[in-house]
Formats: sequence, structure tokens, C-alpha cells
Amino acid sequence: MTSTDVRATAAATSTPATGGAAVELRDLRRTFGTTRALDGLSLSLAPGELVALLGPSGCGKTTALRALAGMETVDSGEILVDGRDISRVPTRQRDMGMVFQSYSLFPNLSARDNVAFGLRVRGRSGAERTARAGELLDMVGLADQGAKYPHQMSGGQQQRVALARALAIEPRVLLLDEPLSALDAKVRLQLREQIRLLQTQLGTTTLFVTHDQEEALSMADRVGVMRGGQLEQIATPDELYDRPATAFVAEFVGTMNRLPAHVVNGGVRVLGRDVTPVDVGGRGVDARVDVLARPESIGVSAAEHGAGIVTGKTFLGGTTRIAVLLDDDLAVLADRPSGEAAQLGVGAAVDVVVTGTNLLLVDPTAG
Amino acid sequence: MVAVVDTGIAAPPAARPRSAPRTGSLTRWIVLLLVGAYFLIPLYAATAFAVETPGGGVSAGVFAGIPSQQGFADAFGLSLNLAVVTIVITLALMVPTAIYVHLRLPRVQRLFEGITLLPIVIPPVVLIVGVLQVAPGSLKGTPYLLAFEYAVLAMPFAYRSLDSGLRALSLKTLVEASTSLGGGWFTTLFRVLLPNLRSAVLSATILTIALVLGEYTMASLDQYETFPVWMVVFSQDDAHVSVAVSLLSLVVVWLLLLGISLIDRRRGRTTPGES
Repeated sequence: MTSTDVRATAAATSTPATGGAAVELRDLRRTFGTTRALDGLSLSLAPGELVALLGPSGCGKTTALRALAGMETVDSGEILVDGRDISRVPTRQRDMGMVFQSYSLFPNLSARDNVAFGLRVRGRSGAERTARAGELLDMVGLADQGAKYPHQMSGGQQQRVALARALAIEPRVLLLDEPLSALDAKVRLQLREQIRLLQTQLGTTTLFVTHDQEEALSMADRVGVMRGGQLEQIATPDELYDRPATAFVAEFVGTMNRLPAHVVNGGVRVLGRDVTPVDVGGRGVDARVDVLARPESIGVSAAEHGAGIVTGKTFLGGTTRIAVLLDDDLAVLADRPSGEAAQLGVGAAVDVVVTGTNLLLVDPTAG
Repeated sequence: MVAVVDTGIAAPPAARPRSAPRTGSLTRWIVLLLVGAYFLIPLYAATAFAVETPGGGVSAGVFAGIPSQQGFADAFGLSLNLAVVTIVITLALMVPTAIYVHLRLPRVQRLFEGITLLPIVIPPVVLIVGVLQVAPGSLKGTPYLLAFEYAVLAMPFAYRSLDSGLRALSLKTLVEASTSLGGGWFTTLFRVLLPNLRSAVLSATILTIALVLGEYTMASLDQYETFPVWMVVFSQDDAHVSVAVSLLSLVVVWLLLLGISLIDRRRGRTTPGES
């Protein structure tokens, strides 16, 4: 099934959104030994919103999710769902569906019984459980797999059953803890479309933890980038990409060139040329800065005595990523239309310029 | 309702196993024959001795007469009772403890393993005195006191069986998945963990039965005539019958264990739906 088919199916269905809960994490702090896993984390999720927490290993994103689920205690701070503090409510009473990174289906139960587990715990009748489990399995495209046991299913199918199981209890919040990371690339792509589709249709407030920026940017309404137990920036995917708040976000999300420069009137001088207008953030003329520029903001042209040499090319479809090594051993990546890039062979001498003005300036030492 | 067509990727077909080299097969047969001979020759010798008649003939009548031997039924019945009580005590103590240690105290796992080995190195008489110190007064005059002593003796075997079962499970994830769906400890234990620990629990049960039906020292020191004690006492009167009883008990225990294994295998094939 292609993504277009998925969207067409989605458009043809008319499941009303159930409406999710509003979630607010306030100043959460959690320390493990000397490590601050959460260092004053505050985060809000609007009802029905899908927020992805993105960050490197150890940044605290999983701890934040587990704290919301009640599986991790916090040293201080508040966790509010629809305005009610649930910090001291046990996990099993929080009404949160969770899909785990590792396969978490109960091996002794069939797919149908796994999906019905939460309903059984809630004392629903056998007929209701069977009907609801069938409905959920149908939603994840596994209607005919209900009798299978986890060991008889592929990893992708298991995670879809886990998703159906989490949704079966009509959770107030859906928590996804890197649910796609154990799957191969093709299944991962299909499943992330399904998750987003179901989440949008059901309107369940969702917190999604991942270290894969492509997943986060493609699925989430907003993406929060975490570092050192704190939220570095939270914004829509395009805002995060186009207007990163810090050098860390800029370099963590997408590919970024870091180029030495200095401030001139109304702009910066970078790669031997003045680029204006650029917001220099109150820095004085001649101040040394690093310019952070996306590969698509870098121009490359053949020049017999150019300052750079093409060291490699990666075909990406419509564009080609060109790697250039400048005279001063500075490596630069540029995304150019493939037709234009075809004119530049590996080893060719080239000139490199910054073409855009949407640049982020950081101090040369900033991480 | 949203519908998404199955996009599951089937696992690639397993590679065809290559036939083992002939030398490997031969080695396996030699090992099998040697091990078989090691176990079967003593059994054959015991059987030959048991069925031997004073006139030099052979008769299986000695086996038929066992149930009517004086004290046999009482001793065997007591041992079976003790096996059941010991299993209940052992599982009730060890299953929650092993789960708790794996889940909440992973750092003390090695220490705990060491503690469970103590009954092997501590002399039985010391264990008896220890159990007597903590046993309720109402138990002290009954043979069921032995069940507590056997529970201590079974600990190393029961814990190891449960430990290997728990290591094979994604225990933390399963427990968290159950609790996130609203399951309490009771639900998680009985609907999620125990069904997945069935083989480990069965293994612990089998080892406990074998231990109880073969333990002599403690029962003898406590002066209760369990099945092994009866066999030793009876062998002083009639060695042929005693050996026949030993063989029969071996077969009975073996059949018992085989029966439990078959029940487990059958349950595994036909796990009932629970939705």
C-alpha cells in the first residue's frame, strides 16, 4: 500500500475524532546519581496534538515520556492532564496507551487477545471485547491476523498490534516510545504514516519520542528538541528547520554548514563575500562569528581558479548533494539541482558562495 | 472507521538446513550409546536382580506384590502429599521473589543466587534446626514440617529454573505494558507473567517432585517414614522387593514427569482464547 492509498483510505473514512486531553509538564526534574535526566522540563500538548521529542541519547526524552506514563518518578514538578495533577496517580490509573520500543505483546495471547487485554482488565463483556478488538485490528490492517500469536507475526505487524492494543482502551494520551526503531526502513516508513493517520482520525493527544529527526519532522505537529534534560526549542517542523533557535538545534535538525565569518555593515562577510541583509544580533562590525547555513543556501559554480575542489556527489533525486573542500580544509555541503550538479565532476575546481540570507549567526565557540 | 491495508512484511523464508556431515552424525550416535549404557546398565542389573527367583528362574511377580507390602501405601502417600505441599510452598515463595529481584533489584541478583545455593552447602541437620526455630508450633508434631525443610532444599533448583525463565522474557516491558493497560499486580502476575513462565514453573515443579520423592536424610532424622525411608527400612527384610520398589518408584516418577510435560505441551498448542 502506498502513502497515497493510505491517505485516500483515510479521506474515505469518517471516524469522528474522540478528542484528546490537554497535557502539561511543569518544571520536571529528575536526577539519576549525578546525571540530570530532566532539568526543569516544561512542555504543553494541546488536545489532539502530536508532539515529538527529539534529541540525542541521554537527553532525557524517554525519561520525560516515562514520567508522563507514571513509570518514572520525578523529583519535583507537576504533570497535568486536563488541568488535574496526576503526578501521584499510579500508571495503571492514568489511562495512557503506550507503544514500546521493544516488542511488548504478551507472547501467550493471540493478537486479538492482546488488543482486548486492556478491555478485559476494565471488566468489559466478552462480546464487547471481541468486537472492539476486531475493530482495532481492522484499523491497523490486521483484521485477518487476530488469531495469530506474536511469534507468528513480523516486527511491523507486532508493532501495529501494539498500537491497536494501546488505542483499544481509548486512552487520554497516546505515548510512543521509539516504536519504529526496531523495524526495517520500508516498514518504518509505512508504519509512521499509519500512526499519523490513526492519530489524526482519532484525535488522541500523542507524545512521540524518537532520535530519528526524519520521523519527528514528518509526523509531528510540533517537535521539541531536547538537550541535557531541557527543551532546547519546540516548534513546528518547518519553523524548526528554517528558524532554529540555537546552534545545537540548527546542527541537530537537518544538515548544516558551519562557516567562519565576520560582521560587516548590515550583514556578514563569509566565504570572501558580503551577504546582506542578515540579522547580526547586535554584534559590532568585525566581530568574529560562525555562520550556520543549510546546504540549499550554498551555491557552487565551476571556476578554473576556484577556492574549492569537489570531493564527492550524492544523487538525491531532484537535487544532488555536492561535497566541496575549500582551501583552508573547510568542508562544505551544497544541495544543487541535479541538472546543474551534473556539470561538476569530482575533482573540479569550484567557487562556493552563500546564496541565502536566512542565516543563523553563533559565536565561534558555541556548541 | 479508519482502515489501513496490511503492509506487513513477511519474514524471509528460513534457509534450508544442510545435512550434517557423516562424522558428526557418527559422533552423536557414539555419545548417545555411551550415555545410554551409563544409565541403562545399572537399571538392567537392578531389574535382573529384582526378578530373579531363588530357583534361578525369572518372575515379575515381585512387582505385582509391591502395593500390598506392609507400609508401602502409607509411605508413598505421605511422600506424594509432601511433594504437593512443598511445591505450593516453593512456588508461592520463589515465583514472586524471583520476579521482584529481576524487576526491582537487578543489582542483587548475584547475591540472591548465592543465597539460594546455601541449602546445598549447609548440612541437613542445621537446616532442620533452622526450620524448627521458625516453624509454627502446630506444625512441629506433623510430617508436614518436612515440607518446609524440603522447600528450603528445593530452593537452589527452583530458583535456577525460574531465573532462566525470567531471563528469557522481556520482563520489564511486559510488566509496564500490562500496567499501562490498567493491569494490577494480580492481573500482571496471573495473566501475563505466569503463563509465559509456564515451562520454568513446570521445571521447578518437576525438580521439586524428584527431590521430595528421593530425599532420605531429613525424613530419617525427623523420624517420619516417607517413601525413601520405607525403602531403606524394607530393604533390610527383602532386598529383592526393595530393589523392585526402587525401580517402580523410578518409573512412577518418570511417568509423572512425562505426564506433566505432555500436559504442558498440549496446553501450549491449544492456548484458549481469552478475549
